[in-house]
Amino acid sequence: MTDFVQLWVYLSSTPLFGLTATLVVYVLAQAFYARMDQAPWANPVLWSVVTLAAGLTATGTAYPTYFSGAQFIHFLLGPAVVALAWPLWQRRIALRARWGRFLLASLIGGTAASGSAVGLAWALGLPVEIVLSLAPKSVTAPVAMGVAEKIGGIPALAAVFAVVTGMVGALSGKYLFDALRIDTDATGWMARGFALGTAAHGIGAARALQVNADDGAWAALALGLQVVLASLLIPLAARML
Amino acid sequence: MKALQGFAWLLVLQSAGEALARLLKLPFPGPVVGMVLLLVALRWSLVRDSVAAVAEFLLAHLSLLFVPVGVGVMTHLGLLGQYGLRMAVVIVLSTWVGLGVTALVLRALMRGDRPDAGLAAGERDAA
Repeated sequence: MTDFVQLWVYLSSTPLFGLTATLVVYVLAQAFYARMDQAPWANPVLWSVVTLAAGLTATGTAYPTYFSGAQFIHFLLGPAVVALAWPLWQRRIALRARWGRFLLASLIGGTAASGSAVGLAWALGLPVEIVLSLAPKSVTAPVAMGVAEKIGGIPALAAVFAVVTGMVGALSGKYLFDALRIDTDATGWMARGFALGTAAHGIGAARALQVNADDGAWAALALGLQVVLASLLIPLAARML
Repeated sequence: MKALQGFAWLLVLQSAGEALARLLKLPFPGPVVGMVLLLVALRWSLVRDSVAAVAEFLLAHLSLLFVPVGVGVMTHLGLLGQYGLRMAVVIVLSTWVGLGVTALVLRALMRGDRPDAGLAAGERDAA
């Protein structure tokens, strides 16, 4: 027993542990998601986060110890944001024909998401650092962290808000769109995908991509536009208010 | 080798993006500038061919990349206990507002338009 404890103490303190745990838990969560016919509630990010956080808390492993290994996965968010140019470039013809309308929808949708978050948080009396960390919640986590830092929010909190927002979107989007009677024809998929990419960034886009290829394509486009608009306009709006 | 070249391009453009953002004091995070640079660089087949494979791999597993940050929620349990319910209300409602408004606005704007995936001929399979 003591040998086992010593071995655990050794292994859990190496970067190998955080990296292995993240990958193994995610692969299992992904398999479970596939087994459940990709039901929204079986979202792999949600269950990976819950399982890992519970496991770390139960074994008394500190988050920085875990992150020393998980940072290798986290690091890939940067190149992944750069790679978002690829789906945009693939859809350049659709973009060129409709860029004004996409830009307008992205602007209105992004403002609605961010504005309603800030307004509600303010009305509910949340502290100002939390209100500011909520502003960039509909952009992908690494960008949300950068924006939060610029406007005086807490970057780590902004990242968590962004991830939770993405999960809420991925979990409930389908039911909301059905309730709003958004069809599942070509225009409907465009509206659904674009909305998921705008309000629920990469996690929404990942969900959209699994449901329907076009749905995913529009989500990737929306998420790219939202990244550019939000990182330009949120700091500007914060400076003016 | 192609994938490795593609990954090198992503890192080079991200670095260039970081450098530009700092030098010119741009309001964008470095990777966003890198994304715009890549959008321009994709005109060249040298960049395009190598970036395609790696970009699709990275974006297909995008949700995995959010897990380490998500687990960080455990470090904010104090804040969560104090403000958790209110934060949850704000996040859920504002996400629904964002989703609903975007979907309805885009549908209204696209009325009468017959969209396809907007891909050039031959690219549909790759997507």
